[in-house]
Amino acid sequence: MTLQFNDETFRDDYTFKNSQRAIDRFPFPFHEDSYMYSVNMEQHRGGPKDSIYEMRFDVDEHYVAEMRDRALVLADDPLRCQSLPHMTLAGWDLLEVIMVSKSEDYPDLFELHRDGDTWRWVNKPLGIDDTFTFMDETTLPYGPLEYITRQAQGDFCVLDQREENLWMDAGMITTQADWSLDFDLGMNFFEWHAPVPLAHEKGIFTRALKFLLSIQQGAPARRLNWTMTVNPLLDTSPENYHKWGIQKTSVTPENIGTKQHLRVELQSFFRLPRSNALVFPIRCYLCSFDDLMTKAKWGRRLHRVIRDLPDELATYKGFIDNRQMMLDYLSKFDDGLPTSDGVFANEDTEPALKV
Amino acid sequence: MSTAPQKAKSGAEKLDVKVTAVVPLNELVTRFEFQRRDGELFPPFSGGAHTVVQMVDGDRTRLNPYSLMSDPADRSRYAISVRRDDEGRGGSLFMHRNVKVGDEMVVTYPVNLFSLDLRAKKHLFFAGGIGITPFMAMISQLERTNGNWELHYACRSKALGSYVDELTYKYPNKVHIYYDDQKQAMDLKQLLEGQPLGTNAYVCGPKGMIKWVHATASAAGWPDANVLSEEFMAPEPGAPFEVRLCQSDKTITVGENESLLEAIERAGVDAPYLCRGGSCGQCETDVISADGEFVHRDHWLDDVEHASGKKIMPCVSRFIGKSLELDR
Ligand code: HEM
Ligand code: FES
Repeated sequence: MTLQFNDETFRDDYTFKNSQRAIDRFPFPFHEDSYMYSVNMEQHRGGPKDSIYEMRFDVDEHYVAEMRDRALVLADDPLRCQSLPHMTLAGWDLLEVIMVSKSEDYPDLFELHRDGDTWRWVNKPLGIDDTFTFMDETTLPYGPLEYITRQAQGDFCVLDQREENLWMDAGMITTQADWSLDFDLGMNFFEWHAPVPLAHEKGIFTRALKFLLSIQQGAPARRLNWTMTVNPLLDTSPENYHKWGIQKTSVTPENIGTKQHLRVELQSFFRLPRSNALVFPIRCYLCSFDDLMTKAKWGRRLHRVIRDLPDELATYKGFIDNRQMMLDYLSKFDDGLPTSDGVFANEDTEPALKV
Repeated sequence: MSTAPQKAKSGAEKLDVKVTAVVPLNELVTRFEFQRRDGELFPPFSGGAHTVVQMVDGDRTRLNPYSLMSDPADRSRYAISVRRDDEGRGGSLFMHRNVKVGDEMVVTYPVNLFSLDLRAKKHLFFAGGIGITPFMAMISQLERTNGNWELHYACRSKALGSYVDELTYKYPNKVHIYYDDQKQAMDLKQLLEGQPLGTNAYVCGPKGMIKWVHATASAAGWPDANVLSEEFMAPEPGAPFEVRLCQSDKTITVGENESLLEAIERAGVDAPYLCRGGSCGQCETDVISADGEFVHRDHWLDDVEHASGKKIMPCVSRFIGKSLELDR
């Protein structure tokens, strides 16, 4: 595979864009015409060829630009990456899992050469070639968690497991949907989920936690989550709300198709072997409404989902004020025809939009 | 989302291994060592993890959990130590009598239900008999990271003290041995009271010992969360009983020497499990109807759930009575 990395930005002039391939493989999150929170986990063991589900850690055309954006966020606010002292071993675990997975899944981009505890890591897209001693922090420029997640797309929560609960004791969080590591650090599963509406009452978190606690080595799992973002902005953090919150008012009927993005998170869960901690990578994919509407099925379905979404969810996800404008735009792509089951666009079989 | 619908098989992922060493340690305990058949390294693990060993005994397959006791940093082999239980259902007897160097077996990926609390400033270990095994791996792990630990290990006699020589030789100042036949007993109260703040206690051994450590620690003002335990639970034999599996539309008989879970599996029904020892919660099964008495032996359900008669953990619990219907 030869991957071309985009030269693009996720801030200021927003030159981010998706290629045809990126649109084709965008993880459209709705498997039916409506949406409600559910315990929607499945195994994370590959998926259709070239889909974002195929590899353990998907690397795509945005890789280099996303890593550049992360470095900018960290330069402004080093607290986006934190690790309590007992989580260093988990950091090494994560470094190992990512290096092993990426070098096996993308051998033309990444190489890992291990000779006992002396490891050489080659990251061609970022021009890195480092030799270090595994488990010796003094041989890396950053702690193991920060070192490897400066080279891996998506956010990473590292959870300690004890007392039948998970604790957010470490993480690298720069592409989050309006929550803060600095605020959530040290919290448990129920505490950090406290702001989420409706799901607690439905018992979703109790069941989800039970599932997560029993995730085993060698058997990772995944789920999708989604929200809406105006402009292709990765860092929608509470710390910077004053910068991006206001951009929501810049949407007009004329520009909504290019400005409004569906933001989908591929969340996965891996048991870390040496620390028995759990890592929760949250990989963010953005796609503009205009690009989504190129798939007839996605157009029909997105309209129906947004139209029928409970107000509590639209409020929590922060787009209730713009919902009517979204619906005015989306309704033009819904001719009322039925849609096929599942998330994939099925362009060969789905009828074209009737005009 | 279902992007790649695969039905998960029960239990942890499997590893094909061959037996590379069978080392009798004393009259009761033998160590078994494994290498992978594909020549690869084993997955790393954390101290306190166990593996489930699959034993093919004629037309019967047993799955027994054993703590991994080898050094977690040594990925060339996994080792377990098995205590022969002459009264048990035969898994340990099978290991002792039938398993030889060169045999091909299947073990699961490591599963850890007894892991170190890495926040602790000090780790205080209490082992009774074969309960020493998880601590062997924990000690190797902590030694590598300069962790602070101390072991108190009760054995029946010098002759039955598995790994006593090795431990006292390597760590003379950290290991304390107590022989029952010499009437040596731990002064638990004093031990627990003299610990620095931030100490975590861990206990693995017979039920009585676990209860004793929990109760003594609690009386000495220790928070429950700072005392972790793992009991070596094997399913116990019992009178045969009949069960109706409603989802699968099957009626099975649980034999005297098999667990309910094993009987369900023998009938070709895939049922979830991980630890097979009553502590992970995976095998929890809803009871549809029951006329009789449950013999609950798990650590997963609480007293209220046990009394409710609505749930059972088939890996260790049994039933005595007229009829039992399960949602499986
Ligand atoms: C250990 C893994 C997990 C971590 C670290 C995590 C973390 C978070 C965080 C930080 C939030 C934002 C809360 C806020 O508004 O401040 C969130 C939201 C949420 N989480 Fe999780 N979560 C995890 C696993 C799960 C699982 C397994 C489920 C399964 C149902 C789940 C369901 C949700 C839902 C429904 C929301 C609201 C999202 C939205 O509507 O945009 N989480 N999670
Ligand atoms: S299999 Fe773990 S409790 Fe039954």
